Amino acid sequence: MSAPLLDVDNVSVIFNVTRQGAWPWTPPGKLQAVKDATIALEPGKTLGLVGESGSGKSTLARAIVGTVQASAGRVLWRGEDLRAMSPARQRAHGRHVQMIFQDPLAALNPRMTVGQVVAEPLTTHYPDLSKSEVRERVGQMMERVGLLPALVNRYPHEFSGGQCQRIGIARALITEPELVVCDEPVSALDVSVQAQVVNLLQDLQRERDLSLLFIAHDLSVVRHISHKIAVMYLGRIVESAAAADLIANPRHPYTRALIASVPIPSPKAERARHRPVLEGELPSPLAPPSGCVFRTRCPIVRPACAERVPPVEHVGPDQVVACPYHGQDAEAESSTA
Amino acid sequence: MLATKAIADDLAGAAPIKGRSLWADARARFFRNKAAVAGLFVLVCVAAFALFGPLIATWNYEDIDWTVLGNVAEAGRPSLENGHWFGTDALGRDLFARTAQGTQVSLMVGIVGALISVIVGTFYGAVAGYFGGRIDGVMMRVVDVLMSIPYMFVLILLLVVFGRSMLMLFIGIGLVSWLDMARIARGQTLTLRNKEFVEAAVATGVGPFTIIRRHIVPNLLGVVIVYATLLVPSMIIYESFISFLGLGVQEPLTSWGALINDGAAEMNNGTLWMLLVPLFFFVITLFGFFFVGDGLRDALDPKDR
Amino acid sequence: MALLDVTDLSVSFDTPDGQVHAVNGMSLTLDPGDSLAIVGESGSGKTQLAFGILGLLAKNGTSRGSVKFNGQEILNLPEAQLNKIRANEIAMIFQDPMTSLNPYMRVGEQMAEVLMLHQGTSKRDALEDSAKMLDAVRIPDARSRLRMYPHEFSGGMRQRIMAAMALLCRPKLLIADEPTTALDVTVQNQIMELMADIQRDFGTALILITHDLGIVAGTCAETLVMYGGQVMEHGTTDDVFEAPSHPYTLGLLKAVPRLDVPQDALQTIPGDPPDLTALPPGCPFSPRCPLSHAPCTRTMPPLEAFGSGRFRACHAPREDVV
Repeated sequence: MSAPLLDVDNVSVIFNVTRQGAWPWTPPGKLQAVKDATIALEPGKTLGLVGESGSGKSTLARAIVGTVQASAGRVLWRGEDLRAMSPARQRAHGRHVQMIFQDPLAALNPRMTVGQVVAEPLTTHYPDLSKSEVRERVGQMMERVGLLPALVNRYPHEFSGGQCQRIGIARALITEPELVVCDEPVSALDVSVQAQVVNLLQDLQRERDLSLLFIAHDLSVVRHISHKIAVMYLGRIVESAAAADLIANPRHPYTRALIASVPIPSPKAERARHRPVLEGELPSPLAPPSGCVFRTRCPIVRPACAERVPPVEHVGPDQVVACPYHGQDAEAESSTA
Repeated sequence: MLATKAIADDLAGAAPIKGRSLWADARARFFRNKAAVAGLFVLVCVAAFALFGPLIATWNYEDIDWTVLGNVAEAGRPSLENGHWFGTDALGRDLFARTAQGTQVSLMVGIVGALISVIVGTFYGAVAGYFGGRIDGVMMRVVDVLMSIPYMFVLILLLVVFGRSMLMLFIGIGLVSWLDMARIARGQTLTLRNKEFVEAAVATGVGPFTIIRRHIVPNLLGVVIVYATLLVPSMIIYESFISFLGLGVQEPLTSWGALINDGAAEMNNGTLWMLLVPLFFFVITLFGFFFVGDGLRDALDPKDR
Repeated sequence: MALLDVTDLSVSFDTPDGQVHAVNGMSLTLDPGDSLAIVGESGSGKTQLAFGILGLLAKNGTSRGSVKFNGQEILNLPEAQLNKIRANEIAMIFQDPMTSLNPYMRVGEQMAEVLMLHQGTSKRDALEDSAKMLDAVRIPDARSRLRMYPHEFSGGMRQRIMAAMALLCRPKLLIADEPTTALDVTVQNQIMELMADIQRDFGTALILITHDLGIVAGTCAETLVMYGGQVMEHGTTDDVFEAPSHPYTLGLLKAVPRLDVPQDALQTIPGDPPDLTALPPGCPFSPRCPLSHAPCTRTMPPLEAFGSGRFRACHAPREDVV
C-alpha cells in the first residue's frame, strides 16, 4: 500500500442551526453532520463515498476541500494538518485539491466566458503566467476534455449539461491537482451522457495518476469507478472496503439494504433477486437516535444497540464495519446479493 | 469529442467564436419591448432638453422681462413672438429657460442619488452578505439604525444648520439612498454565496474580495440596475418634496419641485401654464423611468433565460 | 377495447425561440390493468406526452392527433368535461409532491375536498375514506395524520399521500411522472413496491414515466422507449431489455453500470440529448447513432411491428443491433 495522499482522521463537523422562534442570543442548535469519519485517499486510486441525502457525504467532502471547518479530528495532506496551515498557505494548497460539482450549470459563473472560468484557478495560483501562456494552457485543457478550444469566448448557458460538466472538469484539472473531489458529478446528467463523463474521469485518472474522491448516491456508478468504497449513514461511516468486496460481501445491515435497494436494469436479474424493502426513512440529523444511528431501521436490531455506539471493527484486509452483529444473521439475509 | 462536432462543422476556421453574453441577450430582449424603448426615447428627449435647452432659449433663466411684469396673466402667456415659448413665471422670468435649468437639477439629483446608492449600497450589501456572521450582523444593524431615523427630519435639519446648497442636498440624499440598495444587495448575495460557482472559487483559493468583485457583483448587477432605474424617480420626487417645502435649491436656481410649487401658488391667477409645464416634464420623465425599469426587469429576469 | 388509445399525437409549443416540437406523431395503446413504462432522457418529450394526453399543456402548447379513453375522444375536449375525466378516471402523480399539495391546508381537508367536489360525498364520509386510503398506502397512524400539514411529512410520505389522493376516486389509469427521482434509493424502493401493490389491489392501469432504466425492469410489463418526441421501440419489458431492437435502447443499456455484473469500461453514446427547437431531419437519433446511414438523415423510419407484439422505428436491419 502506498503512502496516503490525504488522511482524514476522526473528523467531525458540527453546524450551528438557528432554532425556530429563538431570541438572537439563545445558543444555536447543533447539527452533527459528520461524526468521527476516518478515510484515506491514495494517489491514482478512487475512493467512493455513498450514502443517502443527509448522510453527511457532501459535508465530509467539503471538510477535505477546506470550505467547511472540521470541529474535531484532523485532515492531513501528506502528513501536514490542514487546520495548522496559515490562511495564505491554505489558499495556495487549493491547487492540489480541486472539486467538481453536481449541478454543472450552477457551478459556472453565468457572467464569465468559459475561457475565463477555466483560467481562474490558473491565474489565481500562477499570477505570473503571461496571457498567451494562460490562453494556451486553457486551450489544451479544453481539448483534453473534448471541447473545441475555439469555444473559449462562449458563455456557460450556450452549452449542454454534459458540456458544462466537461468545462467544470477542465477548471478542476488545469492546476494539475493531485486530488479531485467529485460531488455527485453525474447525477444531474442524462443517462446517455453519464457514461461519457465517467469514462473521461477514469481516463484522466490513469493519465495523471489522480486521486479521486467520488461521491454519489448511485451505488452502481460508485462501484464502477471506485477502488474502495465507504458507506455513510447519518454522519457516520458504517462500513468501508475494497469495492468488489463491499458489493460481494457486505457486512453492515445498512450496506446490505442499500445494495438490495439498487434496481438492476434487467427484468430477469430483478426477478431472480430477493429484495427486502428497508422500512422507514432517515431520522432527523438534529435528533439522531442514541447508540447506533441505524437502529431505527435495522432489520437485526438488538436492545443493546440503543445503548452504545458500535465500535469500528477491522474484519478483513482493508474492510472495516461498525456493527458488532455483522457476522450474525448475515446468512439469513445473504440471498440479497 | 463528437459532442462538439456539430459546432465544429459550422466553423470553417479555428478562429475563436464570439459568445453571446447574458448582457447581450438582455439588450436584445429590452429592445424588443416597445414600451421600454418608448420610455427610453422620452428620457433621451428630456435629457437633450436639459442639456441643449438653455443654449437655444432666447432668454436667460434669471433675467426678468420687465415688459411683462405687472401683467403676467396677459403678457406672460406662452407665445412665439416675444420668445417666451413656455410663458414666464410670476416674476416675468422665461419659463422655458427656467424649466430647462430645473430639469438639469432634478435629473442630476436623481442620477447622483441613484449612483451613490448603486456604488455604496451594492458594495456594502455584497460585503455584509458575503462575509455573513458577526460582520453581517453589525453592518446590517447600522443600516437598520440609519433607516429608523426619520430622514426628512435629518435632511431639513442639515439644510437649516448648514445652509441651503446643492452640496447639502446631495449629501442628504446620498445618506439615505443607499440603505435600501444595501439590503437588496445583501439578500441577493446571501443566495449567490451558496451557488456552486462561488464555492468553486473558494475551494480554488480565490481571495474574498476578488470573489466579491468577480463572482458576486456582476451577478447582482441585474437586480441593482432595475432597482436603480426605479430609484431615480423616487429621488426626483424626494427632491421635489423638499423644494416644495421651500428648502431645496436656492433662487435663482430652480428644480421641478420648486417650479411646481411656484406654479401651484399662482394657480388662481389664471396662469395655469406655470404649473402645467414643469408638471408635464416631471410626469413624462417618471413614466419614462418606470417603463425603462419594467423593460429592464423583464429583460434581465433570470427565469426567462 | 383498449383503455387508452393514442394515435399520431403531436405536441408543440410556441416560444420566443421558435417552435418546440416536444412530441411528434406518437401512437400507443394500453389495456385496462396494464403497466407501461415510458423511458426517455431530457428532451425526449415524455412528460409533455403525458400532459398532452391529459390536456394539461401550458397555454402556448397545442396538441394534434387523437387520444381515446375508453373509446371516447378526449383530446382538446372542453375544460369542464376534461376535469371530470381527470378527476374520476385518470390520475397523475408528479416528481415533486409539494407542487401539487397546498402547503396551507391540512392533508385530510385536501383529500376530502377531492371526494366532496367530484363525487358529492359528505365531509364525514370523505374524511373516513381519506383515512382508509392513507392506510392503504401504508401511512402509519393514518387517522391522526389527516390533521397534519404537508410539510410535516418526509419526501417519501408525501409521495404516498399523493398516491392516496390519486386513488381516492378509483381511477382506471394512473400516470406517474418520475415519482421517485427526488427520493433516496431505499425510499424509492418503498414507493415502487407501493406502485406494484396499487396495480394489483386496485386493478389500475399504470403509465410510469422515467429516465431510470433500473426501476422499470422490476415494475412494468411493457416498455416504450422515447427519443426526440418519437417512439424508438415498444414491447414487453423482458424483450426490450434482454433483446433490444433499437440502437438507442442498446446504447442506453450499455451506458449504465450494473451492480451485478462488473464492466471494464462503459460504452458511451456520443453527443448530447436532442434540442427540441432544432430536431434533425429524419430520425432524431441519427446524429448519435452508430448505425446511421443515408436514409436515416432523410426520413423518419416508420414504427414497424415485428415478433410478438413488438414495435421498432429504425432503418437499420434488426440483426445489426447487437
